[in-house]
Amino acid sequence: MERKIRVLVAKVGLDGHDRGAKVVARFLRDAGFEVIYTGLHRTPEEVAMAAVQEDVDVVGISLHSGAHMTLVPKVMRYIEEYGGDLSEMVILVGGIVPEDDIQKLKEMGVDGVFIPGTPIERIIDFIRKRVPEKKRGEKAKA
Amino acid sequence: MRLQDIVRGLEEGNRRALARAITYVENDYPEGKEIMKRVFKKTGNAHVVGITGFPGVGKSTTVSKLVQKFREKGRKVGVVAVDPGSPFTGGALLGDRLRMEGLDVSKNLWLDPGVFFRSMSSRGRAGGLAAKTGDVIRLLDAFGFDVILVETVGAGQSEVDIVEVADTSIVVMMPEMGDDIQINKAGILEIGDIYVVNKADLGGAEKTVKWLKSMIMMDQEAVEILSKTSHADEYAVESGEIFERMKRSSDWTPPIITTVADRGEGIDELVDAIEKHFNHLKSSGKLKERRVRRISREVFSIITEEIRNILINEKGGSFREVVEMVVNNEIDPHTAAERMIRDLRTNT
Ligand SMILES: Nc1nc2c(ncn2[C@@H]2O[C@H](COP(=O)(O)OP(=O)(O)OP(=O)(O)O)[C@@H](O)[C@H]2O)c(=O)[nH]1
Ligand SMILES: [Mg+2]
Repeated sequence: MERKIRVLVAKVGLDGHDRGAKVVARFLRDAGFEVIYTGLHRTPEEVAMAAVQEDVDVVGISLHSGAHMTLVPKVMRYIEEYGGDLSEMVILVGGIVPEDDIQKLKEMGVDGVFIPGTPIERIIDFIRKRVPEKKRGEKAKA
Repeated sequence: MRLQDIVRGLEEGNRRALARAITYVENDYPEGKEIMKRVFKKTGNAHVVGITGFPGVGKSTTVSKLVQKFREKGRKVGVVAVDPGSPFTGGALLGDRLRMEGLDVSKNLWLDPGVFFRSMSSRGRAGGLAAKTGDVIRLLDAFGFDVILVETVGAGQSEVDIVEVADTSIVVMMPEMGDDIQINKAGILEIGDIYVVNKADLGGAEKTVKWLKSMIMMDQEAVEILSKTSHADEYAVESGEIFERMKRSSDWTPPIITTVADRGEGIDELVDAIEKHFNHLKSSGKLKERRVRRISREVFSIITEEIRNILINEKGGSFREVVEMVVNNEIDPHTAAERMIRDLRTNT
């Protein structure tokens, strides 16, 4: 049997609405993924610990606070600190991220960045494609 | 991760190894079976506590407050939270974890090394649990958690599978529930070792408590009458664990505890009741009894499954042959079965 793809949908930082993240979570569920939703205001440590304990294939970090350049690398660092393996986990970022930062995040090892308005099918297709690729040890195409 | 790394990791208390072991077991990988075999000797020490009840009554909120209390008492706590997964798309939205919030903000339950939380999808299965919940509980048990809290799917319909895995079953309700035929039918009134009426802040909790009391008493009277009839044994076999649970009347009357879970009110009383029940199970010998029954059923169902597989695979030819003979009215189904059993006895 094919292993189910597990996705953590996490809200980090201080911004106070999660309507977008919840909508994405529901769409991902309907696409057949097992989605774990963290709720609002999680710290990078909490998201990382949840990712390790839930043994997810994908970590989707949603933030609108503009603090992505500090919070995203922190999540990734803690995942490793807690024993997680970034080489087989797909890291996605959702939020208002300027073009320059998208490039920088990808250089740090983020697999995909999705700005508001991205059609949800693109995210779904990306996950379906990228999870097995990464498990096989293939590099991301920047 | 390789199998031996996982097994060693489990011994060393590595959470990442535990997380991966659960994934293997949950997905029924061959590695999962191997891991279960290797860790089994270490199981049997945890107190497994099930939390069930209709959707939205406050199960997850109650679980989070219980985690906090047990941590204050120095116990290590594992949580397995099962949410419904669609049998059609295979997808699931697992939302129990987001309630993991203690009252004391200085103690972060998400990062506490004495806490491990795992969300599971029911994957379309009825009964309130996932197929592999029992084995996942065992992994947590072997890992050394003292208390394992299991939240079932909040389906409200016969999610009574919890009695198959839990030593203590808690049924959570809320005001305005009661006098309701649906609840009587759901079967959850027979399975509780402890009842909780949560959301007492909404008012009307006394009425639900009163109603519950009357239901539990009726239950106990019914069991006493049934136990005295000549059909008692037959009934016990048919309804298995549930009847055993109903026979608690003589020595355990399920307490009914009123709580306001999100404020932590009533949780001390609930923890007391949970510990009392566990002590009762141990001192009365019922813990052993329940586990013997549970393991018997488990081994029995594995054997049944294996025999099924043998009949379908190795003996597929002769199986189809006897079925064909029944279809052609040459022999009857009983004779067919007897032949197959003789066949199994002689050549295996
Ligand atoms: N007024 C009030 N609300 C509560 C109380 N306990 C929990 N809630 C709220 O009830 C809602 C549902 O709580 P959960 O703990 O998620 O309920 P649940 O039974 O786990 O729900 P499912 O897992 O979806 O079946 C949340 O909004 C909680 O904040 C309580 O004592 N009083
Ligand atoms: Mg819940």
